Amino acid sequence: MELVVVSGKGGTGKTSLVGSLAALAKDKVLVDCDVDAADLHLILHNNVQKTTEFTGGKRAFIIDEDCTNCGICAEYCRFDAIKYDEYTENAAGVRYWIDEYACDGCGVCTRHCPEQAIDFREVISGEWYLSDTPHGPLVHARLGIAQANSGKLVSLLRQQAKLLADKNGLSLILIDGPPGIGCPVIASITGAGYVLIVTEPSMSAMHDMERLLELTVHFGIPMGICINKSDINSAMTSRIEEYAKKHEVKILGRIPFDPAVTQAQLAGTTVVEHQTNGVSKSIELLWSNLNEEFKARVNSSLTREMKR
Amino acid sequence: MIISVASGKGGTGKTTIATNLAVAIVQTGKDVAYLDCDVEEPNGHIFLKPEIKEQFDATVLVPRVDLGKCTLCGDCSATCEYHAIAVLGKTVEVFPSLCHGCGGCYDICPENAVEEIPRTIGRISRGVGMGVEFAEGRLNVGEALSPPVTKALRKIATGSDVTIIDAPPGTSCPVIEAINNTDFVILVTEPTPFGQNDLELAVGMVRKIDLRYAVVINRSDIGDSRTEKYCRREGIDILMEIPYDRQVAEAYSRGEMLSTIDSRYGKDLYELYQNIANRVNHDGTGRSQR
Repeated sequence: MELVVVSGKGGTGKTSLVGSLAALAKDKVLVDCDVDAADLHLILHNNVQKTTEFTGGKRAFIIDEDCTNCGICAEYCRFDAIKYDEYTENAAGVRYWIDEYACDGCGVCTRHCPEQAIDFREVISGEWYLSDTPHGPLVHARLGIAQANSGKLVSLLRQQAKLLADKNGLSLILIDGPPGIGCPVIASITGAGYVLIVTEPSMSAMHDMERLLELTVHFGIPMGICINKSDINSAMTSRIEEYAKKHEVKILGRIPFDPAVTQAQLAGTTVVEHQTNGVSKSIELLWSNLNEEFKARVNSSLTREMKR
Repeated sequence: MIISVASGKGGTGKTTIATNLAVAIVQTGKDVAYLDCDVEEPNGHIFLKPEIKEQFDATVLVPRVDLGKCTLCGDCSATCEYHAIAVLGKTVEVFPSLCHGCGGCYDICPENAVEEIPRTIGRISRGVGMGVEFAEGRLNVGEALSPPVTKALRKIATGSDVTIIDAPPGTSCPVIEAINNTDFVILVTEPTPFGQNDLELAVGMVRKIDLRYAVVINRSDIGDSRTEKYCRREGIDILMEIPYDRQVAEAYSRGEMLSTIDSRYGKDLYELYQNIANRVNHDGTGRSQR
């Protein structure tokens, strides 16, 4: 079972929750798919065992010695990535340069350059890690600052986690997802077994949850909802519950606001290890509800198999 | 002047700062625009409650192949870095969701069999809310590629004295698209291990693209002194600290502005603006002067 925890809106408590589930679940591989702001390792006492470079795509580079500054490349670039400065040292009076953050890696400029003065090559755009933690192996990454291709890196992490799970006979892959609904989120949930949406009783979080729910339906993945800080606005909590009911999605957990969540993070540990009562009880209940959901999924697929 | 509001970590208070800052400035008689560049999950409209006056589609140009002219040579698929076009048997298949609209296939086709048609991936909305000129980009659900929507949004000429940009969380390409070529970046964080880790990544990002920036610490009393110590060590200015206030959390949850709680917030935010304006006017902008 591949369980992905996502939220749409950032800061709803995904990572704190995944940390606690990591402490509660048995036989699992942990994955942090929030590759441009990964935090899960900060509460899991990880030891990096292996670091691997990630090459996610190509970029164009002007070879200054060969460039005549004709500007043809800039005419063809659709990403406004080829820029120029005034320059008195050459005949053209300008000097062209490539904005590496705007370059999309399409290679169009390379083909139109009459001097073959643009190099087009794979670049290292991050690294990924295999860590040991007291709660099992953790696959995580760090996308290079200001890099693209986070979706590819996310897919790579999920693939590595599957290999690890198969090799060690681990039945659960627990994924901490990124915020938003774009490229890295799509890469995190496509083909996953179950999506848990963590939301909060606020207009913003509910708005974002609705878009994420639509995305999850679009990909046909079963899902449940957890309402974090459920007691800060009971009217909004009721609205989320009504919305979930209307869309036939179960509310699997309601976690009250508790400063212990931040205290656990400051102590560098998970909530359920930091505190045994209160908020931890509601996380344990969520975990048991999730397991019921997984069982129901397995049973229904078994029934389908038998009918065949 | 363009001020962007960003953060590595999500949920630190970007939208709260950006919308309330915009209103605080507009109340002093200036023309202010607010651009919601968190196009995957735009929330600014919840607070500014704009009356939308104009909408248009954000599009990407994707290829359409005229099979009457096509000789199935395969040049188009060989050139596409995104695997968005492929010759399969006696036809050419286009995968629009993978296409970045670079025009490579259109340029290379020796038979001129490729034409380009706009494909809608999002929507730009414009209006006015609380006296602020409002615009947001909204990526269609199911689309992966947010930067073209942000790019379309940022091309809007607002003509305002001050533009506030609300950026998405993170440190990768959608954030760069939002904050690039702005005069000043406000990095909003909170003093917790996650907030600190992601602040360091965000600082790395603004330094790398060479923008002027400073930090605002939100919920400044929920954690410890790690953020202050880090900023002191790195020589980063902290322009404002906002202590945790349950009333703020509750107002936020209802989609209300900070002025409904206390007029002090508006005054503090206007001071924040003046502080930034002084820095930009005295020291020049942070835009790359390459």
